[in-house]
Amino acid sequence: MHTLPEEQRHLLELVQGFARTEVAPRADAFERASTFPRELFDQLGRMDLTGLPFPEEQGGSALPFRTYLLVLEELSRAFLALGLGLSVHTLATWGIDTFGTPEQRRRFVPDLVAGRLLGAYALSEPDAGSDAAAMSTRARRDGDGYRLDGVKAWVTHGGVADRYLVMARTGEAGARGISAFVVDADQPGLTVAPPESKLGMWASPTAQLVFEDAAVPADRLLGGEEGLGFRIAMASLDGGRLGIAACAVGLAQAALDVATTYARQREQFGRPIIEHQGVAFLLADMATRTEASRAVMLSVADRRDHAAGIGPYAGRDDAGTGYPITAPAAMAKLFATDATMQTTLDAVQVLGGAGYTTDHPAERYLREAKVLQIVEGTNQIQRLVIGRALARG
Amino acid sequence: MKVIVPVKRVPDTAGEKKLDPNDRTVDRDGVESVLCPVNEFSIEEAVRLKEKHGAEVTVLLIGPDSAQPIVRKALSYGLDAAVQVTDDAISGSDALGTARVIAKALESMEWDLVVFGNQSADARTCLVPAAVGELLGVPSLTFARYLEVNGDEVVVHREHEEGWDVVSAQLPALVSVVEAINEPRYPSFKGIMAAKSKPLTVKSLADIGVDDGAVGLGAASATMYEFEPRPPKSAGTIVDDDGSGAAAAQLADWMAEKKFV
Ligand SMILES: Cc1cc2nc3c(=O)[nH]c(=O)nc-3n(C[C@H](O)[C@H](O)[C@H](O)COP(=O)(O)OP(=O)(O)OC[C@H]3O[C@@H](n4cnc5c(N)ncnc54)[C@H](O)[C@@H]3O)c2cc1C
Repeated sequence: MHTLPEEQRHLLELVQGFARTEVAPRADAFERASTFPRELFDQLGRMDLTGLPFPEEQGGSALPFRTYLLVLEELSRAFLALGLGLSVHTLATWGIDTFGTPEQRRRFVPDLVAGRLLGAYALSEPDAGSDAAAMSTRARRDGDGYRLDGVKAWVTHGGVADRYLVMARTGEAGARGISAFVVDADQPGLTVAPPESKLGMWASPTAQLVFEDAAVPADRLLGGEEGLGFRIAMASLDGGRLGIAACAVGLAQAALDVATTYARQREQFGRPIIEHQGVAFLLADMATRTEASRAVMLSVADRRDHAAGIGPYAGRDDAGTGYPITAPAAMAKLFATDATMQTTLDAVQVLGGAGYTTDHPAERYLREAKVLQIVEGTNQIQRLVIGRALARG
Repeated sequence: MKVIVPVKRVPDTAGEKKLDPNDRTVDRDGVESVLCPVNEFSIEEAVRLKEKHGAEVTVLLIGPDSAQPIVRKALSYGLDAAVQVTDDAISGSDALGTARVIAKALESMEWDLVVFGNQSADARTCLVPAAVGELLGVPSLTFARYLEVNGDEVVVHREHEEGWDVVSAQLPALVSVVEAINEPRYPSFKGIMAAKSKPLTVKSLADIGVDDGAVGLGAASATMYEFEPRPPKSAGTIVDDDGSGAAAAQLADWMAEKKFV
């Protein structure tokens, strides 16, 4: 059993030191160069930070999801592309570790957990975004393996990842006809399109994967069974969405930090602007939203952790997570990312003209916040997920 | 190969340093103590020897019980064990006194190579590694900006003002490293957790055969009688640039007067 609070304190000290001295000062340069910060990710691996919520036999630290999310928050506070990068990496790794056969888990997971390889998750397609089950990428059975044809879209780490979790259709139309494959970057028949040109998060490449008659061996069919793909994709997203909430909390905290520091120093009408109630109330609301977002994220994480081990929810099963957290995770993602959108917008306002310039990071935070309302299910889709859960009762 | 890394606890280098008016030694109350930043480089070098040659690395710290977190911090980089020499009589030792304790502690341990930092971030005397070498009659290769072990030989690049010399010695030997030697890594999370249960042996002066009278403030070869706080910064001179070029001349004169140019 872990002595959790102490372990968590040591871990957060390590991460805060690293984020403050190694990550934050370099974020802007990586953004401007549109370069994925691979050396920072490699360093996370060497510090044992790429496998926190994974079992020890896979090289992980078997830490609660709560602790992992607090680490994501700290990294995202310093540099969203890195925090979100670790979140997406974990999303893919979790799917493979949770649904892989024992042989697949041994073969594909340890290098991801150790951060030697970078993971990615390919569900969306050009014509199947919110309605992911309508995907058209096909995996045809061919002798001992499969032939993949089609285009996956919007893949975070597309072109820089080493290992992709790819959803493709092996059977009938709809969710039940989808399977999941573990595909490596050197897969013959796989090419990566040039990265998308985006509003923000330039250091996190987003690209299409193009499969043309790509021969994927059958031992890369995740779980060793056809038809599990959509369930794998959705179960992975439960944790993934908590990860996005953590990214949002970190980003909001960064925006709040910048705005508060500025408001204490900037003087107008003979006093620091934070002493004008109109500004102080804006900051108070930003701080309150951020605190509330963090609270929702951690409360849902705790339910997930209890389910995985001890506590009142033990024994309830939901696709390997132990407790139906699909709707609560959607709520955390929805609440935190909407809150962060408003908070980053307000941070620009607090800085006035300076906030609109690239001399300060507030404008970057604003551009970055927007993507969090879109990825891993738009916030409309989160509401749809929550609404359906309510309808089922 | 057995390697020892002596490490030091120092007041936080970012904080304000003060002397204690009673015994005129460094005042540690109210200042956070940290692992000497120079030791991050000596530890990194030891970790590399571990990775390359499978060296077994032991941390050695001279200091009171309250310095134990510093020992654990040093261990968190993946080192194997620690020895801490703790004794009230050590307090106030000068460089030679410290060297005596380290030398005796080393005599009580097994090792092939000792990797020091070239100086500590608080005292900055650069004396201890060479003094320990003298006391033990073992070669000390100081100011290393490169270190390599081949069989039973250690080779270093010894840094000086005009470049460096290539110096080698048979093991056992002592080395002190400068900060240019490497880029220290961060400890890993698992390293931090594992450090808590690594073996730590605490020894007293009697255990290592040092006479109380040979160390401490009383045995120090220099005595501090008086000290004063640094005077506050003076206002400085403001040079106005009127566009005539007079300001540049004034600046140049000032720099020449202060011997900056
Ligand atoms: C930077 C970035 C990184 C990404 N990374 C990944 C990744 O790593 N892997 C991956 O698989 N995908 C990734 N995505 C894709 C992302 O998940 C999709 O963009 C998202 O699911 C929306 O799909 P879409 O873009 O096709 O929008 P659409 O589905 O076309 O939606 C357009 C609009 O219609 C709304 N809408 C659609 N259906 C409904 C409905 N039923 N009710 C109400 N509103 C609806 C949406 O909310 C949205 O506002 C990424 C996207 C971006 C921008």
